[in-house]
Amino acid sequence: MSLLQAEGLTKKFSGLTAVDDVSLTVADKEFFGVVGPNGAGKTTLFSLIAGEVTPTHGRIIFDGTDITGWSADKVASVGLVRTFQLMRPFESMTVLDNVAIASHQRFRSRSEARRHALAVIERVQLERYVNAPSASLPTAGLKRLELARALALEPKLLLLDEVLAGLVPTERAPMIELLRELHADGLTVMFIEHIMAAVLALSERLLVMHEGVELALGDPHKVTQDRAVVEAYLGEDYA
Amino acid sequence: MSDHATAVSETSASEAIIRRAAPYRLPAGVVAAVVVGLVLTYTLGGRDPGLVTQSVVTGLLLGGVYALVSIGLTLIFGVLGVVNFGHGAMLSMSMFIVYWMTTSLGLPVYLATVVAVPLMMGFGMLVQRGLLNKLTLEGNHEGPLLVTLGLSLLIINVLLMIFGGRPLSVPSSVEGSLRVFGAIASYERMIAFGGALLVALLLTLALKKTSLGMSIRAVSANSQGAQLVGVNVGRIYALTFGIGSACVAVAGGLLAPFLSLTPTVGEEFTILAFVIVVLGGLGSVVGAMVGGVVIGLVQTVGALYLPGTGSLILVFAVFVLVLLFRPQGIFGANR
Repeated sequence: MSLLQAEGLTKKFSGLTAVDDVSLTVADKEFFGVVGPNGAGKTTLFSLIAGEVTPTHGRIIFDGTDITGWSADKVASVGLVRTFQLMRPFESMTVLDNVAIASHQRFRSRSEARRHALAVIERVQLERYVNAPSASLPTAGLKRLELARALALEPKLLLLDEVLAGLVPTERAPMIELLRELHADGLTVMFIEHIMAAVLALSERLLVMHEGVELALGDPHKVTQDRAVVEAYLGEDYA
Repeated sequence: MSDHATAVSETSASEAIIRRAAPYRLPAGVVAAVVVGLVLTYTLGGRDPGLVTQSVVTGLLLGGVYALVSIGLTLIFGVLGVVNFGHGAMLSMSMFIVYWMTTSLGLPVYLATVVAVPLMMGFGMLVQRGLLNKLTLEGNHEGPLLVTLGLSLLIINVLLMIFGGRPLSVPSSVEGSLRVFGAIASYERMIAFGGALLVALLLTLALKKTSLGMSIRAVSANSQGAQLVGVNVGRIYALTFGIGSACVAVAGGLLAPFLSLTPTVGEEFTILAFVIVVLGGLGSVVGAMVGGVVIGLVQTVGALYLPGTGSLILVFAVFVLVLLFRPQGIFGANR
């Protein structure tokens, strides 16, 4: 059974159609990739699914419930959680508190929430920064904090927006490994990524977007050989 | 495993010292300035030391009063980014609620204050939910300004309609005063000062230690991030405005015994409260406390030299100086 089902999602911003009639399903425990050139509408697609932006047309069904038009916090509370490409930590607070806020949505008691937050922090290997103010983290640490905050909500589906962007190659490998582990533990992931090596290594299915529409959808290795896809990325001459 | 650890730390190997955030250390500059100012006044000021002591005591107590009025304002300002022009009117409103309960129901003034707190909290939540939430959630900053200004006019005129414009006074329940180093400190003002300290302490603890407090800080730091971890931002806004209004109710109740009440009495505190909030650092409860005391001291000690409202000139001079050297305010976060 599919965990997420989007039907005919469309978002128009006064004249510009950022996402145009996109339909997709994400199966339980799937690793679903989304790629496309800049401005293809990938992030808007995530914002639509996560409830930050209301679609102009279309429906979103998550885990059997129609969540179209729900607010972002309500969507997050039923287990559909996203991260941002540009990290949004609570800067004045420690790493532990940053994560504990998310844990508190799952655990009423303060001590339980803290214990849970600590476990999540260990999961993403940030334990040495537990009491550090989040503003003092380097980029790689902030990426992991963003991930930890999302994981603390115990999501059924995690939407990752370019978790590898801004990382140097030596930092990418351990992050890819972490994502692979999380997936192996049964987490369903939908991710936007520009780094093709990571996309091909992780995705089970791939959606290619271009100018708001679906260009191709299917097996990552086949899809990336698709003529229309190569054209969109490199121009007609190379196709 | 070791690969992962290096990946996180390699960009910051040198600064990987885990330090506890210590946001409430009193900046040495502020303490030094106050001490130097007082020493100079005593030694070179050319005024009778007894008189100076009286001014210092009065100033401290007045500062507590100012702090009390500013705490609610700084919370609302810091978390919602709303400049609440209705703050003064809501202060008047709380005082009249207390006045009504003491005169009509015969409650002692401090008990009436305790009753007024949940009333004002409910009122504040209603205002935020009903009038402001739509605007604040859109990130609109001018809208709330106009709405709260309108609300302030409405409150003041309703108070005028019910209670009239004649100055009224709340029957006192604690008369008398204490002598401190030869200076006179009235019990009522000391209670107000103690109340301010208590409110500041409770609020700071609540913000640090409770899950609601954490959510409030999260929304204040990054409302979008907070929403994504499942925090209902609209609800937190309403609660924050409610808590801010509850602080106003405490201020109103504690101030009422030594003020003569008119519908505009709260407005007189508004400008100074804004000065204190900016001076202390937007959104900082401790900053409001320290800022209030500094402004209170400057005003009363300054009055030794510039009588009447002249001491306000000094208040604004201090304000400008602080902003010159610390634009984010005494306890403000670097942005």
